[in-house]
Amino acid sequence: MTASVTHRTIEAVWRIETARLIGGLTRIVRDVGLAEDLAQDALVVALERWPESGVPENPGAWLMATAKYLAIDALRRSTRLERKHEQIAREIGIQLAMDGSEVEAALDDQIGDDVLSLMFMCCHPVLSADARIALTLRLLGGLTTTEIARAFLVPEPTVAQRIVRAKRTLTQAKVPFEVPHGDELQDRLDSVLEVVYLVFNEGYTATAGEDWMRPLLCQEALRLGRMLAALAPREPEVHGLLALMELQAARSPARVDAAGEPVLLLEQDRARWDHAQVGRGLAALRAGARAGAHGPGHGPYTLQAAIAACHARARSAAETDWHEIARLYEALARLVPSPVVELNRAVALAMAFGPAVGLELVDALRSEPTLERYHLLPSVRGDLLAKLGRSAEARLEFERAAALTENRREREALLRRAADCATDPRTVAGP
Amino acid sequence: MRFMMFIYPGIQDEADWTPSAEAVAAMSKYNEELTKAGVLLALDGLHPTSEGARITYEGGKPRVTDGPFAETKEVIGGFWMLQTRTKEEAIEWASRCPAGGDVVLELRRVFEMSDFPPELQAAAELSEVPPEQTVSH
Repeated sequence: MTASVTHRTIEAVWRIETARLIGGLTRIVRDVGLAEDLAQDALVVALERWPESGVPENPGAWLMATAKYLAIDALRRSTRLERKHEQIAREIGIQLAMDGSEVEAALDDQIGDDVLSLMFMCCHPVLSADARIALTLRLLGGLTTTEIARAFLVPEPTVAQRIVRAKRTLTQAKVPFEVPHGDELQDRLDSVLEVVYLVFNEGYTATAGEDWMRPLLCQEALRLGRMLAALAPREPEVHGLLALMELQAARSPARVDAAGEPVLLLEQDRARWDHAQVGRGLAALRAGARAGAHGPGHGPYTLQAAIAACHARARSAAETDWHEIARLYEALARLVPSPVVELNRAVALAMAFGPAVGLELVDALRSEPTLERYHLLPSVRGDLLAKLGRSAEARLEFERAAALTENRREREALLRRAADCATDPRTVAGP
Repeated sequence: MRFMMFIYPGIQDEADWTPSAEAVAAMSKYNEELTKAGVLLALDGLHPTSEGARITYEGGKPRVTDGPFAETKEVIGGFWMLQTRTKEEAIEWASRCPAGGDVVLELRRVFEMSDFPPELQAAAELSEVPPEQTVSH
């Protein structure tokens, strides 16, 4: 490749290299803020030179070497010329002197570890959820502050501030740059998986942000999930999360109808699902099962993915294995007890054993304070009551649900169902 | 966006189709890079044309010709399915492929359902296969 390299090409290289570059630099300079600055400075040099010289043969190594030279300068110029800085600068000098392809080949595992360490650092529990998300998208996804701001519908300076503060917090808390091990690993991994799933859900459930950013967030979360599965293949929940995201994303083409109305899972046209993606999701689930074959049992992401897989395997809604889904929700409820999981279990039980069985569990949830303003509780209850022919009660529940939801389209759908109950001839004879 | 990346190995004699151990090792390393970057959705290598056939439609009637075929330059050796944010990113990945000799790589953007006008989307639904048949076990 010779001259006339465009900025878009350099952007592409940046996106590919950013995590490895910042990861590698953080390991060396032991400060993620400084590492990002150095990587950005190296990018500036590339933007100056590559349009003339063309993209170098190994752009990642070029950027890394450039950043290391800049690091030596920065560390030597540092006003607090500590012994530590001087020593790091010397180490980098030695590395640059012996930079050969043999050394590089030996470093393949190191690069994987650097990227993984960077993920753990960006998702460290010392940071707020918002800060973790912003930092992860910026340092591992190579997204710009503008893109992150648009995705989450917050002003750009807010995101910039969030990132600056997050980096400062990490430095002040002296968060080590490493892949955690032992007892710490599970908790820290949970935090990483949570951030990836939050990014996915932001794109998938679309609570805010510009339309075109949403698929981007889903894709970015999936990419992070695939990276994790490649870098930490022995962790079953990593595969579980990837499977869950693939299986959910596979339904995207069927989730809204031609008029833009949301379509519920059981009413979706299954022919419109992305079946290649379903296949990838099921493959990830199998990879997780292999990784966890000798482990303590399924984690929450794996269980949720297994539920999604039950839907994915059914050719039609009627063929859904509700017994299995009810069983999986029961396991999930034992693992992460939550009224919302119980509500889902109630739906599965109703489908498997009839509306009366489901209603029993739903009624037990009515005293649950956390569900007091949750529109899906009256919505589900209304549905079960309607199926049992108790139309008057059903109508009240649908109206209650409509008043609670913030989504206009959902509200309209609920009010339609309430109106249907009113015209049900059984209403008159009702209690 | 998704890109299908085709490889045209440009092999003159199909007897030389099987690559060397070194070439396989280099390609595996490349594929691992793609995997670790989270951009690889699928990939497969293809047997030479002697194991395949061409079905030519003349006036709507299929005519079968068994391989091998003469024009080796136009023979596909395998494919990758990549998901990237831009075409440039796909090109950058293609530029890193350890392909020697007279290899040609071709990137083709994959149609997403949303790229089709609504009437075509409706027609496409009819031709989709039910999930169970497309899922490999």
